Amino acid sequence: MSNIPAELSYTAEHEWVSAPNSDGVVRVGITDFAQDALGDVVYAQLPEAGTKVSGADVLGEVESTKSVSDIYAPLSGEVVSRNEALDADPSLINSDPYGEGWLLELRLEDAAAVSSLLSAAEYEQQVG
Amino acid sequence: MSETSSHTALYDQHRALGASFTDFGGWQMPLKYSSELLEHKAVRAAAGLFDLSHMGEVEVSGPDAGAFLDYALVGRLSAIAVGKAKYSLICTDDGGIIDDLISYRRAEDNYLVVPNAGNAKAVAAALAERAADFDVTVDDQSSRTSLIAVQGPHAEQILLDLVPAGQADDVRSLKYYAATEVTVAGLDILLARTGYTGEDGFELYVPNESAAVLWNALLRAGTPHGLVPAGLACRDSLRLEAGMPLYGNELSLGVDPYAAGLGPVVALSKEGDFVGRAALERKKAAGPARKLVGLQGLGRRAARSHYPVLQDGQTVGEVTSGAPSPSLGYPVAMAYVDAALAEPGTELQVDLRGKAEPFRVVPLPFYKRAK
Repeated sequence: MSNIPAELSYTAEHEWVSAPNSDGVVRVGITDFAQDALGDVVYAQLPEAGTKVSGADVLGEVESTKSVSDIYAPLSGEVVSRNEALDADPSLINSDPYGEGWLLELRLEDAAAVSSLLSAAEYEQQVG
Repeated sequence: MSETSSHTALYDQHRALGASFTDFGGWQMPLKYSSELLEHKAVRAAAGLFDLSHMGEVEVSGPDAGAFLDYALVGRLSAIAVGKAKYSLICTDDGGIIDDLISYRRAEDNYLVVPNAGNAKAVAAALAERAADFDVTVDDQSSRTSLIAVQGPHAEQILLDLVPAGQADDVRSLKYYAATEVTVAGLDILLARTGYTGEDGFELYVPNESAAVLWNALLRAGTPHGLVPAGLACRDSLRLEAGMPLYGNELSLGVDPYAAGLGPVVALSKEGDFVGRAALERKKAAGPARKLVGLQGLGRRAARSHYPVLQDGQTVGEVTSGAPSPSLGYPVAMAYVDAALAEPGTELQVDLRGKAEPFRVVPLPFYKRAK
């Protein structure tokens, strides 16, 4: 029964992407399903602002005591910021994966590309 | 993969407590109840309650019981006193490890041998086969026996709340690797001061039909002492910090005791032949090509099982277990490395998914409780 907010877009790698703002910036995180499967996160390694990324690049990783998951670029663009609160408290990814536990913000090369991602309904089918 | 896995007698308790499950050794076992980190820390600071009913229990009884186990296992089991336990190995003729196990001597002519879940049938079969020339009975009681562990610094206090006043001293004076029969929550059980977490603690053996009553009593008595139900995820991180090997990771048929640092467990000095003796004598004389070591990560990324260990770009070993240590705050791992590189202080690297990260050989265990 994982939580899949309808207003977000998703990738097959269990990441969520918010709707782009007027500057074409989106937030990216991992889904509730992913955080539950991973277990208690103890470390998130994320790229610094200014890093240019292409869709499907490995950007970083999220580690729990029992496992580790790569973080992929959901779409092409440039990292605008990473969630520095995770340095002190990586468990935010578990407690609030769609809120305080966000990973990074990306300025997309092409904001319209968000429509190529999975909808909440499509992602639900994948994890259901 | 389609093989259905077994449920322990406590499956309903685990479901009611909200456990998520994992398959382990053919059993559906609780992976965690809430958070594996919370469970890990509870065991270090207070207590954790584990269902270990997937473990095997094989009773060996009869006039030759001690002599038989001296032949079937690598240790000198006949030398342990009644009421004591011993860690040992069961090896093949060529010195490979079939399993690591604990044997409790319950009477002069009666032992309880406890193999790992995934190996229980193989161990019971090997023991039965090796018993041919001895006056012993080998009885695999695994399917009718449950095992519950209470581990952590508050474990003794929790047990004391549940035994009759007249048995309190039996619990208090019970030594590490010793066992006794006591009444807990009105049930006659075998109580052992053993564990797999690096903390003080107890393991309680009961018939399946008593398991739920015992589990509920321990949970009720333990909660005021900070006890929480604890799953296999934290059991793995706890045993790794304590430097204890896990069969399938550090130990296997392809590994000999000398490589695994378990040379002292092999009693080559005991009289008579035992299964694996000739091969183990040769292996001891030759010395292992690789040795099991502890590795401390100098960065934040953790090594994981099967990652290559490197020195100057050359593969010199392989990680067997690894995780970010919840108690220590840095990555820890166990690995087999070339024997020449096994000295503590040796600087090595681990290939973490394409990037070499620095690790240092350190003595095991990583974590030792304060006495």
